[in-house]
Amino acid sequence: MGLDFSVVPQYLDIILLGCAWTIGITVAAAILSFFGGIVFAVIALYAPWIIRQPFRLIAWVFMSTPLLLQLFLIYFGLVQIGIDLPAFIAGIIGLGLHFAVYNSELIQTAILSVDKGQMEAARTVGLSRSQALRKVVIPQAVRAVIPPIGNNMIALLKDSALVSVIGVSELTLSAQRVIGRTYRPFEFYLVAAAFYYVINLGMEWVLRKIERRISISR
Amino acid sequence: MTDQKHFVEIRHAQKAFGTLEVLKDISLNVERGQIVAIIGPSGSGKSTLLRAINDLDPLTGGEIILDGVQVNKTLPHRQYEKHINEMRQQIGMVFQHFNLFPHMTARENVTMAPKMLKGLSKEEADALAVEQLDKVGMLERIDYYPSRLSGGQKQRVAIARALAMKPKLMLFDEATSALDPELVDEVNQVMKKLAEEHMTMIIVTHEMDFAASVCDRVLFMDKGVVVEEGPPEVVFRNPTQERTREFLRKHLAGAK
Repeated sequence: MGLDFSVVPQYLDIILLGCAWTIGITVAAAILSFFGGIVFAVIALYAPWIIRQPFRLIAWVFMSTPLLLQLFLIYFGLVQIGIDLPAFIAGIIGLGLHFAVYNSELIQTAILSVDKGQMEAARTVGLSRSQALRKVVIPQAVRAVIPPIGNNMIALLKDSALVSVIGVSELTLSAQRVIGRTYRPFEFYLVAAAFYYVINLGMEWVLRKIERRISISR
Repeated sequence: MTDQKHFVEIRHAQKAFGTLEVLKDISLNVERGQIVAIIGPSGSGKSTLLRAINDLDPLTGGEIILDGVQVNKTLPHRQYEKHINEMRQQIGMVFQHFNLFPHMTARENVTMAPKMLKGLSKEEADALAVEQLDKVGMLERIDYYPSRLSGGQKQRVAIARALAMKPKLMLFDEATSALDPELVDEVNQVMKKLAEEHMTMIIVTHEMDFAASVCDRVLFMDKGVVVEEGPPEVVFRNPTQERTREFLRKHLAGAK
């Protein structure tokens, strides 16, 4: 039995719906991971010891355990203590926090490498330290790491397939469901791969736009 | 709380890093509208003194008083932060390396702090940016980012940024040292203009000619002490101290 893509069109609506979920979850998690990354970086660098140390431990746990396990913990684990999240919310939180920790590492390094004259100049016009961080240091740090953060976002898109295991009908799970009906794994996994590729291209295009807009303003 | 008679008073300023004394009991008074130049070899403590005035490099002893208010008051941390932020709004500072905010246009560099700290509306902020950038001759570059400006232009924008807070006192930390020689004059012209407007200024500089032409008083510092102080015609023409003479000889011969 060879490849037969003629069955694909009739299931395309399911696949496209899966794409929509993948894009939605990826975008939401990317936004969460971006702003979460900034917040985490500030906590890791500037929060009082009593907050910083436990936070570092949590960040370390996020970085050194599998994302899949984290998703299980958030979706199945939290129910036991009364936090019953819809699967897609659990997926967004899991992906978002996981990548926020990675983004935070990048942003921390970037904050520390912003020229110290920038903080001084901001303080001499009368800004407080937190105002100076917010308006002067962090915007520059974030601009400097947009390209590597973009790479993390591409990784996030690919890892979004993991939320299929907690039952979110994103692209991978949609493909599996169609395969369950058609017994055509090769065709539909290839179709899913093609769609991931297209979404990836779209994402790279958006990231390039953001990078270009930001590099003009420097 | 202070029996102050002068606009700026530096009383017994001391600064030590561990056992290394950078400033050894320096006192200096500046009157309103006066311009004081601080000269001296590198490592003499002149920049440290300047940076102590707005508490960028806090003193380890002594007092800084501006217009009757002590800048480096001893206060609990939070209150001190509030106090120093208010004081710094009254003290403009210009750096050797400009330190313009690269992600903001000239206009945004000038208006950011007034908008945040004085609650200026967009219209007021724009008017302020136009006024200040016009004063330094940078109005036609109002929407340029620093990366598209020359060193001299950057420094003029940095001066406008400091002036936008309407400071009582301006500090210049080797404002022209990082500039190509042909760009020095445009910045000096701006500083001269401020002098004509009777802005009180303390200037750390290597430009002896400039110091001689605009300053009311010159301080020669070496190894953390004020070696000689007086009107420029005295300090430059008839210095009484051997160390001053040696410095001037090297420096005037070395440059130009």
